[in-house]
Amino acid sequence: MTETLESRPRRDRRRGRTRSVPIPLLVPALVGLAFLLLPLIALLVRAPWRSLPEQLTSVEVWEALRLSLLCATAATGLSLVIGVPLAWLLARTRFPGRGFVRALVTLPLVLPPVVGGVALLLAFGRNGVIGQWLDSWFGITLPFTTTGVVLAETFVAMPFLVISVEGTLRAADPRYEEAAGTLGASRFTAFRRVTLPLIAPGIAAGAVLAWARALGEFGATITFAGNFPGRTQTMPLAVYLALQNDPAAAIALSLVLLAVSIAVLAALRDRWMTAS
Amino acid sequence: MPRSAHRTRRILQVAGASAAALLTLSACSPDTGSDKGSSPGKPSGTVTVFAAASLEESFKTLGKKFEKEHPGTKVAFSFGGSDTLAASITGGAPADVFAAASAKTMAIVTDRQDAAGAPITFVRNQLEIATLPGNPDRISSLKDLTKPGLKVVLCDNTVPCGAAARKALDASGLKLTPVSYEQDVKSALTKVELKEADAAVVYKTDVRAAGEKVRGVDFPESAEAVNDYPIALLKNAPNPKAAKAFVALVRSAEGQKVLSGAGFLKP
Repeated sequence: MTETLESRPRRDRRRGRTRSVPIPLLVPALVGLAFLLLPLIALLVRAPWRSLPEQLTSVEVWEALRLSLLCATAATGLSLVIGVPLAWLLARTRFPGRGFVRALVTLPLVLPPVVGGVALLLAFGRNGVIGQWLDSWFGITLPFTTTGVVLAETFVAMPFLVISVEGTLRAADPRYEEAAGTLGASRFTAFRRVTLPLIAPGIAAGAVLAWARALGEFGATITFAGNFPGRTQTMPLAVYLALQNDPAAAIALSLVLLAVSIAVLAALRDRWMTAS
Repeated sequence: MPRSAHRTRRILQVAGASAAALLTLSACSPDTGSDKGSSPGKPSGTVTVFAAASLEESFKTLGKKFEKEHPGTKVAFSFGGSDTLAASITGGAPADVFAAASAKTMAIVTDRQDAAGAPITFVRNQLEIATLPGNPDRISSLKDLTKPGLKVVLCDNTVPCGAAARKALDASGLKLTPVSYEQDVKSALTKVELKEADAAVVYKTDVRAAGEKVRGVDFPESAEAVNDYPIALLKNAPNPKAAKAFVALVRSAEGQKVLSGAGFLKP
């Protein structure tokens, strides 16, 4: 009885909302939708469909795509290894200046990627703050290497993972971990056996976000890692340079990235897009 | 902010070009009117010059000279990659003068019949090797760049400086694998300025503009790949009279002195 009383008005309200959408909301909403979709449609309309097969079978394209997928995956892996513990630290421990640290972690989200690239160069470059020691002690130089690409992508993409995992951790009940503790589990065992399975969906969602962001990374990569086919030239770089003298090739390359992105979204739709 | 903020710069260039276009549009209609009324010989009003980025310093100096010599005139510049500028001109940007860094980019404009008369080469630019200050790797020739372990950056083959470097390397039969193909001459030079690369093949004028931060090394093969810089009056120029006067200044002895001071070669 109480259930029907409660659910009926709610349903009515919902139905009323869909029945009459106020024009002042509908028009800008449709403009917004068109604004987001039109450029993508334009890409399809202006695509050089006839020459597409030969554009896409060139060695450079596959090298760039392979490198993009490889580096984005490596960057996501690195983000998981160091990002999940960082998120746990931010969500589960108390230390002075935690709020400030959290703000710093999110900084790469708002920082222009090129600035990130410059900062990476000054830190890990051959002449950089840390880079000069890496070079003289171990002979490791990171700019102009595939590792450099992974680092640049991780720098830009990891905050997405940290934020996502931290949010999930905050929503998860810490009493499960405490219960595990009272049963004799160490804090690390509790994290591994209880917390991790609990927040797995959040980690997965964050990893996908980070992977997608890493795949599209341009500014930090070209600034820090340079551009060399097969080693540091990822798809976005290839698109940008192709645009300088061969717009048709740039469109063709863009189509590939668009297809990959759509494929990822489609594959994930059932798992995380409809959740919440 | 280093020069490698290329994307941002592109956007700024486009914004600058449109701002210049708007300025010209708003400033010109009354100007051309008063122009006809007053003395017919004197240039007046705003002249809009689209010029290759490598010309920025010298053309700014020339612009000031021009404004001084012709009171009542104003020179509005839009500097950028020659290919970008050419595209905006064929797209209808109301520019008066176009100065490109290569005959190939000028051809984009002339092929569309957008130039009034044939373009004229007014300077040439030669390649030079930029090394770290003091030249610690003792680079003295193009061949030295192929030494193993040396980190060399080149411009991408799609940009004029990269095409020129490729030509010089091919002419000397050298095989050089750089660590990176940079998206323009400025970011190639920046990598050396930041000491991330040991050497770069760039324009002489860029080496000179960088001052103490890099050391220039001439190489004879650069003679095989000299870039011609053509300048042209544009057909739909809103202010052709002032445009003609500006081109004349660039080609005058005075203008050539400014340009050779920046490291450009005489045509």
